[in-house]
Amino acid sequence: MSPSPEHDRSGPQPAPLAPTRDGRPVSDRGDTVCVIGAGASGLTAVKNLREHGFGVDCYERETGVGGAWNWRHDRSPVYASTHLISSRPFTQFPDFPMPDSWPDYPHHSQLLSYFERYADHFDLRQHIWFGTEVVRVEPAEGQRWDVTTRSTGGYGPERTSRYAAVVVANGHNWSPKLPRYEGLEEFRGEVMHASSYQDPAQLRGKRVLVVGAGNTGCDIAVEAAQQASHCWHSTRRGYWYAPKYVLGRPADQVNDTLLALRVPLRVRQWLYHLTLRLTVGDLTRFGLPAPDHRVYETHPIANSQLVYYVGHGEIAPVPDVARFHDRTVELTDGRRIDPELVVFATGYLPRFEFLDPKLLGDEGAEGRPRLWLNAFVPGHPTLAVVGLVQPDSGIFPLSHWQAVLFARLLRARLACPERAAAFAQRVTAGAGERYSGAVKDSSRHWFEVGHADYLRALERALRELEAGGR
Amino acid sequence: MRSWEWARPVRPARREVLAAVPELDEGRPPLLFVPGFGHGAWAFAEHWLGHTSGRGFPAYAVSLRGHGDSEPAPDATLRAYVHDVVQVAADLPRRAVLVGHGAGALVVAHALARYPARAAVLVAPVLGGWPTFGAALRRNPAGTLPAVFGGRLRLAPRQLFSRELPDADARRYAARLGGASRRAQWALLNPDEPEAAVGRPPVLVLGSPDDRVVPVSALNRAARRYESAPLLFPGLGHDMMLDARWREPVDAILDWLEKEPAAGPSRA
Ligand SMILES: Cc1cc2nc3c(=O)[nH]c(=O)nc-3n(C[C@H](O)[C@H](O)[C@H](O)COP(=O)(O)OP(=O)(O)OC[C@H]3O[C@@H](n4cnc5c(N)ncnc54)[C@H](O)[C@@H]3O)c2cc1C
Ligand SMILES: NC(=O)c1ccc[n+]([C@@H]2O[C@H](COP(=O)([O-])OP(=O)(O)OC[C@H]3O[C@@H](n4cnc5c(N)ncnc54)[C@H](OP(=O)(O)O)[C@@H]3O)[C@@H](O)[C@H]2O)c1
Repeated sequence: MSPSPEHDRSGPQPAPLAPTRDGRPVSDRGDTVCVIGAGASGLTAVKNLREHGFGVDCYERETGVGGAWNWRHDRSPVYASTHLISSRPFTQFPDFPMPDSWPDYPHHSQLLSYFERYADHFDLRQHIWFGTEVVRVEPAEGQRWDVTTRSTGGYGPERTSRYAAVVVANGHNWSPKLPRYEGLEEFRGEVMHASSYQDPAQLRGKRVLVVGAGNTGCDIAVEAAQQASHCWHSTRRGYWYAPKYVLGRPADQVNDTLLALRVPLRVRQWLYHLTLRLTVGDLTRFGLPAPDHRVYETHPIANSQLVYYVGHGEIAPVPDVARFHDRTVELTDGRRIDPELVVFATGYLPRFEFLDPKLLGDEGAEGRPRLWLNAFVPGHPTLAVVGLVQPDSGIFPLSHWQAVLFARLLRARLACPERAAAFAQRVTAGAGERYSGAVKDSSRHWFEVGHADYLRALERALRELEAGGR
Repeated sequence: MRSWEWARPVRPARREVLAAVPELDEGRPPLLFVPGFGHGAWAFAEHWLGHTSGRGFPAYAVSLRGHGDSEPAPDATLRAYVHDVVQVAADLPRRAVLVGHGAGALVVAHALARYPARAAVLVAPVLGGWPTFGAALRRNPAGTLPAVFGGRLRLAPRQLFSRELPDADARRYAARLGGASRRAQWALLNPDEPEAAVGRPPVLVLGSPDDRVVPVSALNRAARRYESAPLLFPGLGHDMMLDARWREPVDAILDWLEKEPAAGPSRA
């Protein structure tokens, strides 16, 4: 039986003599592995599992690949002007380079074409069921998993299939994090989350308040500076606004030169502070708050233009929002401003509605899983999450190596179970480990990893798994 | 972790890629031919590209930077050559089979760690190291020795072709030979062991016992590395794709691809 092409939405055919769950039939997919999501992380999981000899069924609720980078998707967080913040060498998959002819920081449409080409080059679409949403994932006997799916939007019947293993690659940048404010209901102006911001035309001629200074908030503030009649930018702390280029090269490449030389963190921080002092200088003179942390202690902002527009008076930095009134917004310093449009660029939260939070070690159901290497689940050796990282660099190489490690683990389970058992112990012992220097306490840093620390930890895990094995 | 490579990406260079694509796409994997040092894509365009596409496989050949009609690159490193190959491979519509000839096989062996090729073929591979150099020195001292001191490695026509190839052709081909960069030649003498291949590609090694550049012992060594034995074509010279009986090895490659399950068009 071979999977059918993408326009067929019926899902894999049930095998005869299928087991059941709560009286419903379950089609047994044997040794096949299920991958949830066909964004970048899901695609690399499909490719690497195939490469290691596994059959794969991937479910994608949208009609195309690319996840967040597919701007046609309703839930895509990208806006017209989105360009990468990590330069090409850090962002491409390690075994499928982006074309030489592309710029250092490609546009989101190029990223989408990159993922589409990846899917075609490795012939992945034949394993993907588009327009199919995973609604439940439940453990079954023998460390297998029952995955229940239905057509996106809730039409049609549900069907349940049993898999040998599951890779969760559903992304963590699509479910908006919206802070609560007193008085927000009475506010008469327009309010939106950055996830529904798409085009600078939405800002044109308006008085705009942008809340949050992640990369999204900074990008939108810059566009508001160009398009809006007035732009306030509210942040609850000071940040280090890093330029995209330093010393004539993409900043992350300079940073990795230092990492390759094994320059210690303190020295790198000092060099970084020095570079910023020599370029943009002291930002408090523009009314921006001084950072309450050292560089690398919040998720890096890569934006050369924000400071430029602040310096040109086109962006007015303001402190945190205290509360809303019917026509005005009150700030924590007591000032009141009167925006017509408020854009919350306050980030995203992970969501795994189809999984019991306890399975991922999230006992309090606060939405924060407790895993090893941000990917492996204690007590569930056949379940892995891919892409649940927030690196100070491109995410795709990390997803790639996570998928490779999981594929090797699944192979080890068949070929040398003692290695897999040792790995499982490692997972339990290491759950919750961090792979970055100190970071500020914020939900946006739950999955923050230093790409160098993280990749080294992954490499070590791969070596330990392979050592003596095969 | 490839911090150094990320920190210092290879500078892009304009590349010459020649292609012969079958009129009817039968879903067969594309072949990417990688010429050895001194040769350009032209060496494959002469016979092999057309023949390969005639048998239903899309066929491409790249000129490494500094070779053929690619951009001049006197300071190119082996890494830059590998970069060129992986760039072209990733740009093909489907997962490709890499075919490296001579020192091009060394480039392919390194590229296999950067790109999960569907399969790889090493034709009369020059994987470098002092034994190769020793053999070359014995057979062509005048052409080889200068290479040690940074001069250009020169190969004599009779070292490359069998006696069956008419003299005029041999001279014509030899006249088109260029040279690799010094740094790449040096890398050939002191090669780094290629990293393990990704994606478990099957690898075929072929050569000739009458090759006056690559001795049979080197073929055996190369094949052993990939847990196979070399396919031998007696009577052919080193430049098999240009020699009089060029058809035999290329047919053997395509037959192998047709039989090799992992290299076949559909892996479902
Ligand atoms: C504006 C913006 C810019 C960014 N820029 C960068 C950058 O420069 N560099 C970088 O490395 N990262 C960047 N990121 C981070 C971004 O999240 C990752 O690049 C990447 O999209 C993560 O890929 P993913 O496959 O893990 O998740 P996603 O791309 O979100 O893909 C998840 C997929 O799973 C599907 N899915 C989810 N739930 C289900 C379900 N229940 N059933 C079936 N399918 C489901 C979704 O439809 C989606 O296709 C950026 C993020 C944003 C918001
Ligand atoms: N390639 C690109 O151009 C690009 C563009 C955008 C985003 N991205 C990436 O996408 C991911 C998400 O970025 P993001 O900017 O959307 O989100 P983010 O990084 O989570 O940033 C959220 C911002 O909102 C602030 N915030 C959160 N909760 C708040 C609250 N209750 N009150 C006030 N402020 C609050 C945060 O402040 P604290 O620091 O105090 O928590 C932070 O400044 C990141 O990985 C980012 O790098 C990339």
